[in-house]
Parts: sequence; C-alpha cells; structure tokens
Amino acid sequence: MRTCNVKVPGRLAAFLSALALSLTLGGGLGWAENEVSTADHSKFKELKGPFPTGPDVTRACLQCHTEASKQLHKTKHWTWSVVNPDTGERLGKRNVINNFCGSVVSNEARCTSCHIGYGWKDGTFDFTSEANVDCLVCHDTTGKYRKFPAGAGHPVYQPTEWPAGSGRMMQPPDLAEIAQNVGPTSRRNCGTCHFLGGGGNAIKHGDLDLSMVEPGRYLDVHMSPGRLNFTCSTCHSGDAHAVQGSRYTTKAKDTNGIDIPGRTDGSRASCESCHGLEPHPAAANAKLNEHTDRIACVTCHVPQFARGGYATKMWWDWSTAGRLDENGKPIKVHNSDGLEVYSGMKGDFRWGEHVTPEYRWFDGSVDYTLFGDTVDGGEVVSINKYGGSADDPDSRIWPFKVMRGKQAYDKGLQTLAVVHTFGKDDSAYWRNYDWDKAVDAGMASVGAVYSGELGFVETEMAWPITHMVAPKEDAVTCVECHSRNGRLAGIEGVYMPGRDRTGWLDFLGWTAALLALLAVLAHGAVRYYAHTRRS
Amino acid sequence: MNATRIYIFKRFERFWHWAQALLIIVMAVTGFEIHGTYGLLGYETAQEVHTTAAWLLIGLWVFAIFWHFTTGEWRQYIPTADKLMAMVRYYLTGIFTDAPHPFRQTTLRKHNPLQRLAYLFVKLIINPAIWISGLLYLYYSAWPALGLDGLSLAGVAFVHTAAAFLMLVFFVVHVYFATTGHTWTSHIKAMITGYEEVESG
Ligand code: HEM
Repeated sequence: MRTCNVKVPGRLAAFLSALALSLTLGGGLGWAENEVSTADHSKFKELKGPFPTGPDVTRACLQCHTEASKQLHKTKHWTWSVVNPDTGERLGKRNVINNFCGSVVSNEARCTSCHIGYGWKDGTFDFTSEANVDCLVCHDTTGKYRKFPAGAGHPVYQPTEWPAGSGRMMQPPDLAEIAQNVGPTSRRNCGTCHFLGGGGNAIKHGDLDLSMVEPGRYLDVHMSPGRLNFTCSTCHSGDAHAVQGSRYTTKAKDTNGIDIPGRTDGSRASCESCHGLEPHPAAANAKLNEHTDRIACVTCHVPQFARGGYATKMWWDWSTAGRLDENGKPIKVHNSDGLEVYSGMKGDFRWGEHVTPEYRWFDGSVDYTLFGDTVDGGEVVSINKYGGSADDPDSRIWPFKVMRGKQAYDKGLQTLAVVHTFGKDDSAYWRNYDWDKAVDAGMASVGAVYSGELGFVETEMAWPITHMVAPKEDAVTCVECHSRNGRLAGIEGVYMPGRDRTGWLDFLGWTAALLALLAVLAHGAVRYYAHTRRS
Repeated sequence: MNATRIYIFKRFERFWHWAQALLIIVMAVTGFEIHGTYGLLGYETAQEVHTTAAWLLIGLWVFAIFWHFTTGEWRQYIPTADKLMAMVRYYLTGIFTDAPHPFRQTTLRKHNPLQRLAYLFVKLIINPAIWISGLLYLYYSAWPALGLDGLSLAGVAFVHTAAAFLMLVFFVVHVYFATTGHTWTSHIKAMITGYEEVESG
C-alpha cells in the first residue's frame, strides 16, 4: 500500500513535467525525441525565413547539412527505382504496375505528392537537384506541413481548393515555423505517405494506417506511446538516410539473430534483430522456439490486420469505372459504414477490417509482372509472386494481405496497361473517362504503342504483413493452425498434427476400437446372463 | 467353491501398473486431441500434458525394465503354447458355463498363456513403436542436427497414431479381461492389494 502511494504521484509528476516540457518545446506536439537534440533549430538565423517555397527551405538546410541531399539522391525514397539483384528486374514505385492506382508513369504530378522531392511532374524531372529534396516532409515535428495532393511534391503556396470543386481550401503552411521545428522522423512523418498509400488512409497495406500514429498497446506493442513508443526508424534504421527494411528486398529469415554493431549488417528491420532466434523465454512451451525456423514471427504475432479502426481495401475492380451522373460527374456509392464501394473514377471496391491474413511460403525472393511481361487474360495475374516452398529450409510461412481486383491490359500487346489517369490534358481518364485515350497516352509514355484492344484481367498482389504486432496474449494460438480448417489449411508440403492425418488409418483404428468394445460388451452380457441364470 | 488367496503382484508392480494406466489414459486423451479428433483441453494444453506425461511414462518404463531384469520377472512373458488353446476355448465357452479355469495362477506363473502373448505384444511391438515414434516426433526440430533429415514427419506421425490405436484396442480388451477373474472384481482387487483369489483345489 505504502509503496504504491509513493509511486503513483512520482510517476504522475514525471509525466506532468514531461508533458509540460514537451508542450513548451514541441509547439504542442512535442515528440519525445526532440528533447535529446543538442541543436535548437529555432535559434538558427538561417531558418528565420521567410521561405517562399519548399526548395528555399532545403537550400537553408543544406548550408549546414551539406551532404544531406547527396545522401538522399542515392536512396529508393528519391529514385523510386531499385534493381532486384537476384532477378535483374527493375522495381521501385517508378517501374512497377500495381493493382491499386496503376502506375506512376504518366501520372507523376498526382503520385509524386508522396515523393521526397519537389517538382517531379513528368519525365523531365532533374534527379540531381539538391534543392529539390524535401527535408520537411520527413522532419517536420509540428504536424502542419502538408504536400498538395496534385502538386508534384510541393505544398501549396497560395490558398488552393482541394478536392477540386469541393469549396474546401488548403492553406499554405508556415514554412519558417516548420523549418525552425525540425526533428527526427516520427510515426506521423512516415505515415504522411506510408499510411495513406493507394490514395488514402489504410487503403494499401492493411497493417499501416493512421491508427498507427498513436497506437494503443493492443494495436502495436512496439509503437504504442504508452510503453516503448518506437518510431518507424527505430526498426527501419540506417545510416546516411538509407532506410533499411524495404519490401523490394525482404529477408524472409534473418539468421543473424540479435544485431551487434560491428558484427552484423546493423539492420534492425527484422524481429530477430532485437529478439534473436530463440525469442520465447525458457519457461514457455519449447515448441514455440522450435517453430521459428519455419514460421515467421509475424505469422503468430500479427493475428489480423486493419485492427486500428480503419478498413483496408481488399478488392478494386477498374473495369466498372466510368459511370457518370447527369452532370457528367463520377457517381459515388457508399455503404452503411460510410465506405466508398463504387466510384465512377475508379470502379468497385471491397473493404476489410480485422482481416485474417493469407499465409504462404516465402523465401525472400519476389518476381514482378512488369510492363511488357506476357499477360494473356487467361488466368489471375500475380503482380508480385513471392518465392518459397516447404522444401527450402530458408523459406518460412508468412502472413500476407492479398489485394485482388481487375485492371486494364492491352489484349493486343498482351501486357498490363499503363493508364494515364491523372492530368489536365484531354486524354487523362479522370477528365474524359475514355479508356482508349487514357491507355493510348499511358502506353506512349513508356514508349509503347497501344494495340487498340483493351481488356480487364484479374490480378492479385501480395503484401507481407509485418506491423500491428499484437500483445503476446493476443497472438495466434496453436489450435488456430493445428486444426482441420485452420489458418494454415492451404499451406502445402508439411505435416501438421491436428491438421493432417491418414484417413484410412483413422477409419481402421476407430473401427477396430469400436469392434473391440462391442465384442467385450457382448461377451460380458452373455456372461452376465449365464451367471444370473445359474444362481 | 472355495477360494484361497495367493500373493501375486508385488508393490512395485502394482505401482507401475496403475501409474502406467493413468499415464496411458492421459496420453490417449491428449494424443487424440492433438490428432484433431476433438477439442477438450485446448491444443496447446493437450500438447503440454502429452509431453509431460510422455517423460513420466518413459521414466516409468526405464524403472520397469530395470525391475523386470533384476528380479527375473521378465520370464513371466516368455510365450508358451501350453494350455493356449484351452484358454481360448475357456473364453469362448467355458466361462459361460462356470467350467473350471484351465490355468492356475501362481507367483511364478502369474499370467495365463493368452495374457503372456498379449503383454508380450504390448511390450515388444506397441510400446517401442509409440516410444520411438513419440521421441522422434518430440525431437522433430533436431532431426537435421541428428542426421535424421531423411525421415518424414508424416511417416513418424503415422506410426505413432497407428500404435496409439493398437494401444486403444488393447486397453478396451484389457479392461474387460480384468473382470474375468474368479469374481467380476477379483483381478482388479489383486492389482490393488497384491493378493489374487483363486479357486482352491
Ligand atoms: C513415450 C511416449 C510418448 C511420446 C514421447 C509421445 C510424443 C508425442 C508427440 C511429440 C506428439 C506430437 C505432438 C507434439 O508435437 O507435441 C504426439 C502425438 C500423439 N500421441 Fe503421443 N507420445 C507418447 C505416447 C503416446 C501414447 C501412449 C498415446 C496413446 C495411447 C499417444 C497418442 C498420440 C496421438 C494419437 C498423437 C497425435 C498424432 C498425430 O495426429 O500426428 N502417444 N505424441
């Protein structure tokens, strides 16, 4: 009792003073990391402003951080392009076609509102420009910095209406105030793009959405501010602005174990980097640690995705897009939960909340269906096929969000189509709702000539689920997989007790046991009868 | 009908029997839950209980084997054809007409020839099959380190399950035969007190 009385006010006081400190320092948001910096950016005369544009801020930053832009130029965040060393495939946002919005090419000005640069509006963007690196989108701590959705990476510099025709105005951010309050990246910074992928909150990943800005412990044990308060970069660490842990080069099995500086690659973007290869305590069921060779940690520890209160998109059918109302405006239909289930701009959607992942063998390799790869419309196209099988000791069973839908392909050329959706020109789909024009322009932007024959093909795209790590008491239990129709019902190549059996042996065994029982019961009954007759 | 009491089962033997009975029941109940036949304790608990019971059973068997050899009791299981057919006939007919039991139990020959065969089958076939397949099953994760990569888990599980079914059949029949003594309960009492009531004469 007594210790309790002493402890609580102590903690409370600490909390209150931390709160007060963060309120004064952090301009009301106060990410805890700010308090450890040795530099108070509000004291730098270079950052007094005013800054007419984003690149002006960057020029100021570069006066001290002379190498920063050069570092960023080397990263995927800047190039949106990466070569897969195993397959030679050129991947990255700039090169792949997905089954959400399609492709970046020919739609730059819209898509690059999530680029860490300013001004990538078409194929002429200068990737060597240092001033065009956007420092603020990652380092703003005020929460007030916002890129304009259709501004090719710039924020607005004058009050601008968005969405067009809505009457709602986006106000230009105070760039000087924001520049004076820069700090380390936070969940909110990364989330500005990564929580809103696919065109809005929660749409794309399933395990990344705005609920992860301030997740409760039930949602993510690591990132919950209550205890560990990890930011994204706590795990996605890296030197020289090169962030580790890309989906394009996934490690399905990190056999390095706990990463010790100097001994390993220093990457913390795997569970094993901190938890090691035998993460469960000695007191726990020994089978748990024995599962880590074949089962990814997240397979049990992320029981469901889209658990934070936001539904994620599970199905997107572009083939039904284009229905307009009498005023020529795209029709929108919402379901009873307020989710958009049809948009004249985009087609039909299906959503999921608290979704149980699909499970597949995964060895870390991935093979994309890129522009030019044969698509004949006959079967469901895997946008990204993850490799792996039970026979390969480096494969483990992983959880995935599998996004499905239908998207445009060129029947004549037999390839996924590049669609020019966004733009002010006449051919953009969202202007004229004319597929032929939009595909013609899209294909031209990658140097191809549209055959004139458009089709829609069903595609699927797998997204490894790694976030939204639940508290241990919510982890997937044994029986959820070790049962006849459990989570791993579709996993091939392994014998799993409780799921598998030899049917005829069971039949034989139970029949034998039953016959034995009947025989002894009959024998006993006759004995009993004979016995009572005699006496 | 007079009865005399003779001392058949020594203290260790009785302890061994009941401990084994309990463990086998627990293992069958948990084993078939692991097998996916029903849900009772929950898969994880069933697995934990099964593993703990397995170690206890193995410990018990090690003691029992030691005891059998040091006391020479293993000879009780040497098969014999003597009176074998008489025993079969007794169970098929004689038992209903109160015919005299063809076999006379003594301390040196406590099992009738049918029992000898049945127990020998349990000891030489079922137990080793369960034991070996169970241990392999338990150490599945260590197979590569033990150089056992060639084994298939499905195969090991098959043997283990098949042996479990044999054990189950044995169990059913065994429990029934426990009622076929001088009285319905005399065999069972014997396994508790050590003394068997036999017809005198
Ligand atoms: C030395 C004794 C035994 C050992 C070491 C052993 C070990 C095991 C192991 C390791 C499993 C797999 C579950 C797991 O992964 O933990 C298992 C399953 C099972 N055990 Fe045993 N066990 C033993 C005795 C028995 C006995 C006496 C019975 C029944 C009378 C039995 C019936 C079963 C059954 C039916 C399964 C399920 C098999 C399947 O579906 O794959 N076990 N046992």
